[in-house]
Amino acid sequence: MADPVVAIIGAGQAGFQTASSLRQEGFGGRILLIGDEPALPYQRPPLSKSYLAGDSGLDELWLRPEVFYETQGIDLVIGEIVSAIDRPGRRLRLASGGEIECDHVVLATGARFRPLPVPGAELDGVLPLRTLADADILRGRLSEVRDVVVVGAGFIGLEFAAVARAAGVAVHIVEVTQQPMGRVVSAQTSRFFTEAHRGWGATISLGTGVARILGSDGRVTAVETTDGRVLPADLVLICIGVLPNAELAAEAGLAVDNGIVVDRHLATGAAEIFAIGDCANFPTRFAPTEQARGLTGHGRVRLESVQNGVDQARAVAAGIAGKPAPYDKVPWFWSDQAELKLQIAGITAGHDASVVRGDPESGSFSVFCFRHGRLLGVESVNRPADHIVARRLLAGDPRLRPEEAADESFDLRAHAARRSS
Amino acid sequence: MPSITYVHPDGAREVLDVPVGTSVMRGAILNNVDGIVAECGGEMMCATCHVYVEEPQLDLTPPQSDDEKAMLEFTASERRPNSRLSCQLVVTPEMDGLVVYLPETQV
Repeated sequence: MADPVVAIIGAGQAGFQTASSLRQEGFGGRILLIGDEPALPYQRPPLSKSYLAGDSGLDELWLRPEVFYETQGIDLVIGEIVSAIDRPGRRLRLASGGEIECDHVVLATGARFRPLPVPGAELDGVLPLRTLADADILRGRLSEVRDVVVVGAGFIGLEFAAVARAAGVAVHIVEVTQQPMGRVVSAQTSRFFTEAHRGWGATISLGTGVARILGSDGRVTAVETTDGRVLPADLVLICIGVLPNAELAAEAGLAVDNGIVVDRHLATGAAEIFAIGDCANFPTRFAPTEQARGLTGHGRVRLESVQNGVDQARAVAAGIAGKPAPYDKVPWFWSDQAELKLQIAGITAGHDASVVRGDPESGSFSVFCFRHGRLLGVESVNRPADHIVARRLLAGDPRLRPEEAADESFDLRAHAARRSS
Repeated sequence: MPSITYVHPDGAREVLDVPVGTSVMRGAILNNVDGIVAECGGEMMCATCHVYVEEPQLDLTPPQSDDEKAMLEFTASERRPNSRLSCQLVVTPEMDGLVVYLPETQV
């Protein structure tokens, strides 16, 4: 039998890691890594942080130099779009007209920015931040503009706002909910960051939507809010979340529900097709569902993070190389906003109780989030030791009482070591 | 340009010129040195750029931050007194001739 062929669709961090890990696992067949962007595979996190600020360059962005793909025997195909998966024919059809025969497909198609459906969104100066091309445009514009309106106070919006404020630009953040980063952090952490951004000079309007974007001569001049205010703007960043790139899977007849639906081995309904990273909707014990005997079920989530992409890539690569195991890694996330580093271990959404360890006034604290007395996750601000302990605890047996978590004299490190031994 | 030596677990040595201001991690990535993973890109989130610094040369390297100390508890290979995250070893002229040993595994 000929060596099998793996085609990886999407050359972001997850796709890159799949290719790299397949070789580390000793896979000897052909590997195609197909990306629709024109650049070498690169890291996305710095696009809203150091790269945007001009503190790092392209050399620091590439995941590996071009020679890596040659030496590893990875066929890197960039600037190419896969237009269809022909399941019976075990082939991919390319937008440029070619076809690729393959035995396994890894969908690492990622996500794209969610457009804001309001009048004026097409004006010059209304921009997204998702790709290297987006970041290059914003990096250039930041030195020319005076008034920025950031629509959406998630990680990307707040990271961008911090960079823009540091560059001396006036920033107004408009958020439709009452809680910045509310989808992913607790109320305490959200409030802390809201106040921090106000301290850095940003204006934040919560519970406020955008009615329309105003312009003249095709260029943006202002944002009109749902409460009737007109905020001057010569740059508007739209960062209201992303949409998973799941159309290719749906057209191939695979199940899609907030991402491409996969099982515990990250396989779709077709055993030879996997989905990983931002585009994949997977079951996990870290999003427990309530069952008769407590929080034992595996809820479904779709996560947008480096950790998720990289660890799922490793799991799929191991499976294709003949060492399958259910995916079971602790999710973790980070966000840099000026001098604040937010680190999250686990998934804290759905918590019914939380305690704070450390003093938020000092700028260094952690929020431990529980549900039915069980630790769900920990949000740490400038407190890396707590983050590490949390990752260790969650990986093993996360038994920890809220009063222990809140007590700074309680040795969390020793506790985690006992629990994982 | 300072010269940095990367020693693989099997004893193979790679000697590279790494520009001042570039980290030992980035020097390895840009030159395709196997054995440094660096999945977080230098954010001190992953501990997959772990190296052992040649002991007598430890004082050539910058002091460890609290973040680095915390993250070093999460290395896949044994943590030793000369363990460092190579993303934190930003090359200076004084580090010319530095030798770092790559661990058996990073993940």
